[in-house]
Amino acid sequence: MNTATKPEAIKDASMLKQKEMIARNYDALTGAPESGKKIVSTFVPGNLNELINSFGLLNNLPEINAINNGMRKQSGAMIMDAERSGHSEDVCTYVKADIGMMSKGNIAPNGKVMPPPNLLLLSYTGCFTFMKWFELLRKEYNCDTVMLQVPYTGDGVITDNMRNFVVKQLKEEVIPALEKTSGVKFDIDRLRENMARSAKAEDDLVWVLESAKNVRSPIDAYFGGVYYIGPIFTAFRGTQDAIEYYQLLRGEIEKRMQDGLGPVTPEGDMGEEKYRLVVEGPPNWTSFREFWKMFYDEGAVVVASTYTKVGGVYDEGFRHDPTNPLESLADYCLGCYTNRNMPSRVDLIEKYMNEYQADGLLINSIKSCNSFSAGQLMMMNEIEKRTGKPGAFIETDLVDPRYFSAANVKNRLESYFQMVDQKRRSTRTA
Amino acid sequence: MKCYIGIDLGSTTTKAVVMDEFGEVLGRGITNSRSNYDTASRVAKLEAFISTRLTLFHRALEGLSGLEGEKIDRLLLNLERHFRLELFLEQLEDLHQTCAGNAGDLRYPGQKAKICAVLDVAFARLREKLQGLFAPGVVRKSDFFRDLAGSEYMNIAEQTAKEMGMNFDTLINIYDKSIIEVENRPPNDDMEGKFLRALTNVLAEETDLSVSSDDVMKAIKSVLDMDLEETYVVGTGYGRVRLPFPKEHIRSEILCHGLGAHLMYPKTRTVLDIGGQDTKGIQIDGKGIVVNFQMNDRCAAGCGRYLGYIADEMNLGLHELGPMAMKATKTVRINSTCTVFAGAELRDRLALGEKREDIMAGLHRAIILRAMSIISRSGGITDEFTFTGGVAKNEAAVKQLRELVQENYGDVQININPDSIYTGALGGAEFARRAVEEA
Amino acid sequence: MSTAEIIARCEELYEDTTFAASRAWKEAVPGRKVVGFMPVYIPEEIIHAAGMLPLGILGGGDNLEVIHGDAFYQSYICRIPRSTIELGLTGRLDFVDGMLFPSICDVIRNLSGMWKLMKPGVYAKYFDVPQNYRDDIGGTYYQNEMQELRHDMEKLSGNTITDEALNNSIAIYNQHRQLVRDVYAMRSAEPWKVPSSEVYLVMRAGQVLPVEEHIVMLNEYLAAVVKEDKPIRDKCRIITCGSFCEQPPLNLIKSIEMAGCYVVDDDYMLVNRWLMEEVPTDGDPIKSLADAFLHHSADSSAKYCDTQEKVGQYLLDSVIKNKAEGVIFAAPSFCDPALLERPLLSAKMSENNVPHISFKYAENSGQMQPIREQAGTFADSIKLWS
Repeated sequence: MNTATKPEAIKDASMLKQKEMIARNYDALTGAPESGKKIVSTFVPGNLNELINSFGLLNNLPEINAINNGMRKQSGAMIMDAERSGHSEDVCTYVKADIGMMSKGNIAPNGKVMPPPNLLLLSYTGCFTFMKWFELLRKEYNCDTVMLQVPYTGDGVITDNMRNFVVKQLKEEVIPALEKTSGVKFDIDRLRENMARSAKAEDDLVWVLESAKNVRSPIDAYFGGVYYIGPIFTAFRGTQDAIEYYQLLRGEIEKRMQDGLGPVTPEGDMGEEKYRLVVEGPPNWTSFREFWKMFYDEGAVVVASTYTKVGGVYDEGFRHDPTNPLESLADYCLGCYTNRNMPSRVDLIEKYMNEYQADGLLINSIKSCNSFSAGQLMMMNEIEKRTGKPGAFIETDLVDPRYFSAANVKNRLESYFQMVDQKRRSTRTA
Repeated sequence: MKCYIGIDLGSTTTKAVVMDEFGEVLGRGITNSRSNYDTASRVAKLEAFISTRLTLFHRALEGLSGLEGEKIDRLLLNLERHFRLELFLEQLEDLHQTCAGNAGDLRYPGQKAKICAVLDVAFARLREKLQGLFAPGVVRKSDFFRDLAGSEYMNIAEQTAKEMGMNFDTLINIYDKSIIEVENRPPNDDMEGKFLRALTNVLAEETDLSVSSDDVMKAIKSVLDMDLEETYVVGTGYGRVRLPFPKEHIRSEILCHGLGAHLMYPKTRTVLDIGGQDTKGIQIDGKGIVVNFQMNDRCAAGCGRYLGYIADEMNLGLHELGPMAMKATKTVRINSTCTVFAGAELRDRLALGEKREDIMAGLHRAIILRAMSIISRSGGITDEFTFTGGVAKNEAAVKQLRELVQENYGDVQININPDSIYTGALGGAEFARRAVEEA
Repeated sequence: MSTAEIIARCEELYEDTTFAASRAWKEAVPGRKVVGFMPVYIPEEIIHAAGMLPLGILGGGDNLEVIHGDAFYQSYICRIPRSTIELGLTGRLDFVDGMLFPSICDVIRNLSGMWKLMKPGVYAKYFDVPQNYRDDIGGTYYQNEMQELRHDMEKLSGNTITDEALNNSIAIYNQHRQLVRDVYAMRSAEPWKVPSSEVYLVMRAGQVLPVEEHIVMLNEYLAAVVKEDKPIRDKCRIITCGSFCEQPPLNLIKSIEMAGCYVVDDDYMLVNRWLMEEVPTDGDPIKSLADAFLHHSADSSAKYCDTQEKVGQYLLDSVIKNKAEGVIFAAPSFCDPALLERPLLSAKMSENNVPHISFKYAENSGQMQPIREQAGTFADSIKLWS
């Protein structure tokens, strides 16, 4: 496919629904000055959407803005703007895209001005950069701020001390701050209702993700997966909209399975499933479709990915629990993928390799994201040792177009697929 | 006869290997990649077929009783020399005509006749001068047409221009435009005729043949009459996607390198290839099948280009670096494998009074250290270990490699083939052969 | 002892990537154990009270050839984890019985898990610290974390850590911290007598020696420096900032001085100065350590700054206290905390008219000429404008 004559991507009903939800949310955010609604800026991993919503507050996520700007090819200029104003070329490009967006008038993807947040809620989960990003935002907005420190599960377990610490911060720091910003008293029953709705949507999400265990997977759990996690990771968890989205999505995938279809791609149904992969690491957003195409053109399907777990490892059993709302929120924050230690991450990938009958592990190593990337080569080694399946390693970035070299990535992927193919043939003939 | 061809399109050179149906290598060819992979692969293939003919000539002449090895070698050496001269003169004539054509360019209104007159003189001189390059015993630095013609053209054109009152820059501009056209138009026609004319010249020179000229001519003709069929071509290397081949004719350079190294040294388990723009660590099994590989990451630190940059920085030729480093009495530690930083570090060390030789040794160690990390990433070194690529020709790099392999992995058999530059093309040819013979 | 003799000893310790001195300590008495730790801060007292040696690991410097460490890291990750892995994989840390990885950034955090994968038999722990400074929230959490570490150290050493032993260790470290502060104060007062490279080497020695031995060394150094008679030169007073984790090569520290700067404060080896006031030795030692951390600890980019006003204040305070004329931001390449915070700190300096420049380095940087040029130009411009 030539990019010059790029056809309109093919979209399912669930995708259209999601698009509409996102558009509505951006309209609510940019319309806040008129509606009088208050905005909380917070980060995706371990976000407290149910709690924020229970106060009638809107949720703005800077990473999502950066992703949107990346996919619309706006992020490169924003990043360079931030670098010109003194931000190092070495650090996270989400941060620089965000800061660059502000310097360009903070225009939201709907073309309207994004109003400044009324509260910065730093949920510091699984990423050190969040902490400094937040300090940078505070300097820009000079608004109320509150921080939630989520301890890293360095020994692979959530201890009582960690959980109590998070709950205590929720009670004594976060909730009072949300009360102050919204002028609404905390209502635990509203929170419970939201969390009950979350759990319902989460059940369907897990069903969708696990549908990839079928050989001839009906989904792509990475490129398709990033759409499937959209609502649950962002401003929609705990809403009726999210429940409906996942019901719709599940229905579509059930239908695909009945029809014996593979994943849907921007160019329609995918052809033969030749390779089943597990992918570790976030995707590149600036060349998302080009990157995806390198996979489906070769018959490669991603059957499980870790990126779709940064906002919760639901397939390991966690659900938002309305009976213990604050403890459950704490466990949610503590259990997100990048807050897990390296051995736990390796264990999870190994499990995926086996349960999803994968041919190999592909690591998309992201320059911006040390939380993900530092140590990935050792993880790959460990997976190769444990499963005997080959790993491949490519390097790109989140939203910095300068770090996506299509020829380089394609060369490696092709080499990798050919190697898997050759190995398979030799074991078949042996 | 059936010929299987592997073409490796590298970033600096393009290589081709011709193989017969039994897996025996018949010929190899190499050319610079230029900016045009299509031409590069045609030229490399042509060169490989020339080399194939020579191999087949050898076989045919061996069949003549009374003609022993030494005489065959001499005969073929002279034959190739005359053949290359034929080829060269034909291309030189092409260059002459192309230059004359370009003299009609709009930039030189009314000057065409005069330019052509100058060109006629210059090319006559060039022809005379350069023929000497093909005299017996002369070693040519390169067989690439551009290198041969370009080296003398400047001198002769300048002199001729001066004598005949012509602007020298005009001659340069015309040359620059024409050489690209000529390079992209490899001489493909009438190889047989050229070989026969060359042979006639050789036989005329020969005074000490123990067989009759007719028999030789017959043997050579029998080979020339053979149809060398391009049964199956496999392309590999960085430029492979640009090849006008269907997808099933393309293999990754990793696979081809692994298989090529296996064919050269069947006990190979680990392959290191340091090329111009990438470094690869490859693990293969007993059948030459790749089980793991790693390439240098986004950063091209520690590739062949690193040495090129250093050579530029020190105003030296690339081939001079290794010998200089071999004269070192100690190894200065150079920590930057980043090509840009290495230049600064190098100047710093020089300013501190370190000797150039010792710094050179350090730079070679730095590049090999980087390669060692890539091998380590791919799974370490398992006996036997085969080192390929342009850097494998650099003795100082090889010395550092031997030391570091010993330090980190103990006694390991290290293989370096003089033809290691053809490793990828060799693997490609074998893939081509298997695609047909083992289908 | 003269400063030259002391510095010669320190240099020997600095250059030794096999940690012979720490090994010797361990071998001297059977059953002794060593616990390594990464920057920026851990409560060494807890290790000390268990009878073990806390060993500061600061990477491999510019003399260690890194092969296998590089195999595990992409080119966009700083150098210290690579060389630390190399130390681990080449047997140089085989005498270390446990490793602590403090909360500093995602790279060091992940290194804790890599250590667990790489050395399954060796105790390795990510040691978290509070970023919430309320006694009843962050304080409680931190006390519990330290209690957990205390139990782990008891198990590792086989010794019970009594409150008494801990208070005793705190007292020794109080003494140590005071001497460290004295050295820094003396340098700030008479920088021509106390070169930064010497201060650096003396402090580095403390990372591999038992604290008691280092106390003796610091006393000797202070006594020897007084006797030094070195001429005052026309150099400007600067502070270096951003080198709290991966260390610059010694040559870089020397280059800054040679370029015409007196370094009057820095953030090397903050573990020596993290707790800024005397820690009480008569109460609940864990609570005392927690209080000191929450309310009287140094600042660095690895810490959360809870109000906008406080951002960079520690640096500005140091500028004022040490009468510094400028700040050099020297951070390791790819150091997230230092480089993310740098725009905030440099804005703070600009707002207060403190001149500043910035550059990056790696622990094995080999090219000093650009550093000398930048620092030299900076020093000249300060002299010219002031």
